[in-house]
Amino acid sequence: MLSNIDYSELPRALQHMMERDQTATKPLPRRSFLKLAGATGLALGAFPHIAMAEAAGSGKAAGALKPTQQPSAFVQIAGNGEVMVTINRLEFGQGVHTALPMILAEELDADWSLVRSRHGTNDAAYVDPLFGIHLTGGSHSIKNSFAQYRELGARARAMLIGAAAARWKVNVATLRTQAGTVLGPDGRKLGYGELAAAAMAQPVPEKITLKDPKDFRIIGRPTPRLDARAKSSGLQDFGIDMRLPGQLTAVVARPPVFGARLASVDDSAARAVKGVKAVLRVPLDGGAEGIAVVADGYWQATQGRDALKLNWDTAKVEKVDSERQLAQYRELAGRPGPHKFDADMAPLATAPLQLDAEFVFPYLAHAAMEPLNCTVALTEGGAELWVGSQCAGLDAGAAARVLNLKPEQVTVNVQMAGGGFGRRFSSTSDTVVEACEIAKAAHAAGLNAPVRTLWSREDDMRGGFYRPMHLHRARIGFDERGNVLAWDHVIVGQSITTGSVFEQFQVKNGIDGTATEGMRDPYPLPMRLTVHHPKLNVPVLWWRSVGSTHTAFVMETLLDEIARATEQDPVAYRMRMFGDKHARHRDALQLAVDESGYGKTRLAEGRAWGVAVHESFDSVVAYVVEASVKDGRPVLHRVTAGVHCNLAVNPRTVEAQVQGAAVTGLSMCLPGSAITLRDGVVEQSNFDGYTVARITDIPEFDVHIVPSAEPPTGMGEPGLPPLAPAFANAIARLTDKPLRQLPFKIESKS
Amino acid sequence: MKLVVNDREVTIDADPAMPLLWALRDVIGLTGTKFGCGAAQCGACTVHMDGEAIRSCITPISDAEGKKLTTIDAATDGTDRIGAAVHAAWVKHDVAQCGYCQSGQIMSAIALLKSLPAGQQPTADKIDEAMAGNICRCGTYARIRTAVADAARTLA
Repeated sequence: MLSNIDYSELPRALQHMMERDQTATKPLPRRSFLKLAGATGLALGAFPHIAMAEAAGSGKAAGALKPTQQPSAFVQIAGNGEVMVTINRLEFGQGVHTALPMILAEELDADWSLVRSRHGTNDAAYVDPLFGIHLTGGSHSIKNSFAQYRELGARARAMLIGAAAARWKVNVATLRTQAGTVLGPDGRKLGYGELAAAAMAQPVPEKITLKDPKDFRIIGRPTPRLDARAKSSGLQDFGIDMRLPGQLTAVVARPPVFGARLASVDDSAARAVKGVKAVLRVPLDGGAEGIAVVADGYWQATQGRDALKLNWDTAKVEKVDSERQLAQYRELAGRPGPHKFDADMAPLATAPLQLDAEFVFPYLAHAAMEPLNCTVALTEGGAELWVGSQCAGLDAGAAARVLNLKPEQVTVNVQMAGGGFGRRFSSTSDTVVEACEIAKAAHAAGLNAPVRTLWSREDDMRGGFYRPMHLHRARIGFDERGNVLAWDHVIVGQSITTGSVFEQFQVKNGIDGTATEGMRDPYPLPMRLTVHHPKLNVPVLWWRSVGSTHTAFVMETLLDEIARATEQDPVAYRMRMFGDKHARHRDALQLAVDESGYGKTRLAEGRAWGVAVHESFDSVVAYVVEASVKDGRPVLHRVTAGVHCNLAVNPRTVEAQVQGAAVTGLSMCLPGSAITLRDGVVEQSNFDGYTVARITDIPEFDVHIVPSAEPPTGMGEPGLPPLAPAFANAIARLTDKPLRQLPFKIESKS
Repeated sequence: MKLVVNDREVTIDADPAMPLLWALRDVIGLTGTKFGCGAAQCGACTVHMDGEAIRSCITPISDAEGKKLTTIDAATDGTDRIGAAVHAAWVKHDVAQCGYCQSGQIMSAIALLKSLPAGQQPTADKIDEAMAGNICRCGTYARIRTAVADAARTLA
């Protein structure tokens, strides 16, 4: 997902993208608002046809409102009162499919039992209202759409009230609403379903009054997910489950080394496989090429792929080797480079206590459970795509370029996705571009059918777009009280955003902000931070919590080490550094401490406490953990979380997100959680070689949320960063040896 | 080739070596069973064959011929008491996040509870052992533990 965004520079930097995006989408009929045909339920997509002039929002009343502010694209009410809310994000586990409808339903005063939810498209209405592009990332969905969805609900409610007032010929001021019903002063009432058609004719109000948060009855209440039943019965469809009439499935034979091209192809045996319809040479991401096998189904396609005889020309491409890469990074770390922070390092020479440390972090694959896929149907006037996309607008633009279409000729139907962790938004739209290249080639080969391109687990795991490998080095001078006098720090790692749409406002002075987020702050440390971004051909990408996946580990373990070296309590040491500032950090940490029994409870024999706190994506998470070492292997027993995300829209989801992010943080610690390359070839290909946490690795969890009425901040990612350092700090207390590598490597006691 | 899926006999024209997963998904159209790894590493494709949890991604349909096959679709449709209890517990505890692995998780949980003598409650270790073959990248494991134990209690 995305890193923290520098808001001050955002509008200028994104302006051209916004303009492109606005024109790149096909507007929905704006005034089809609220009405759905059919008395028995929702007839999705049954929009009455409205002239485009009105559709673009040039109608009198709604003229000043942007597409993101028009209720028509977001709320539909059926005759039976069912309310369908369209979400402007990708649901891939984080719970926006429930939380966004909760926010809208609150101000709509809907009957929550009648609220439903669905995904949107690349329509201009579904851009992030602050960023101006379609985007699910950076834990921003709730944060950026909280006000938007409240206002949408309030506008729709005002129109329903207006319709009731017209029906009853009374003043709107005499009416109120309650759980999906408009109530008149004389006891008369009308359900929203009965008013939906008439409400359509009402002007969309620009000015609306929002509820006082103390009157919230949906927001803040632990609420079961709207998709819980479908996801507990096999009924939930994901992108991979697309089944269009006549649809074919494609798999791709990919080069063994990133960027390689084909030297020779013998596809005669592949073409002879029963069910194989076409064998196509296609361009792939990063200048590579591959062979797509298109067949009746996935298994037939893989049979065809296995029968291919291919020779690859790898002579001209870079062949990254993890061992050599680490040596290169170490050499690079000793060179001068640009500074992110530039404190005076003179006190290092005279500091009474010194600490030198080197940290190594490997490449990591996202390894979402649903393998990457994209279904493409070429139509008379354009193309239609079905894909679990974090960036529907950018993906549509990329598809249009491949298919020689205008952007408005491409519709991206966002599909429920089986995880993603950042992989469903790549800067080159690699998955979508590849699927479109295949659809185009299949069409040229005479196949007139929709094509679903599906990645195998091996394709997915060996396909790059990893969390980059990083080397950190620190030299710290401090005194006997733990006061840091000078902290000289170096980070070496590939830049994620260079070459992406975010480069222009993320890369400054040659430093990618996503590599340094989470460094130093909020601690008042005199730090010099030097950054090197080597260029390698291994594609890299944001990965749940981005830079904080490594910076939080480095910061929180080093500070713990200073506390240990100066015999200070790690909680008290951090609290002293926060001083009277950083109230959210203090409150989150104190809550975790209080609820865990830290400092009061006597731990079981062989266990130690570990503590870490970290802010990412505007939310703060603190962990107090209990861990031990069993047979030389670190074991995590119990995790107590203190969370500060301001107002928790759905506390039940916040708890789930913290548990889930912590599990991913735990995964990073487990032996085998690394992607490595040997002579250009990725060495892992499935879950047997790439370790992820299983149920047997999981501790007990207690998640506690600091009460707050402030506008909410996101929780998709912030639970991840502090888990690994809290775990490492507990282990270091038991072994007296700091852990400076992920996954953990415990040296046997000499 | 004839398969008995969810008490229904289905005749399909497919290579006997085709994994059951792809016969279910691409040929029969039962997409509730998920593809995760293709190598019996993640458990997303778990179905029941003669009541036992198997990985359909590595089971050729020739091995499934003549056996009683049950997928998530029938296991949670309310007709099976244990399946209904597990489904209800999954909903009650809001286990799913992305939900993609949950078909396989639920099929493993049902197989565990069916394997126990009537009324016997699984220990925490027994639950972990039975569910260890199912990966969830969202990290729903804590709620899976709670849901399995709760489903077992409701069946006692």
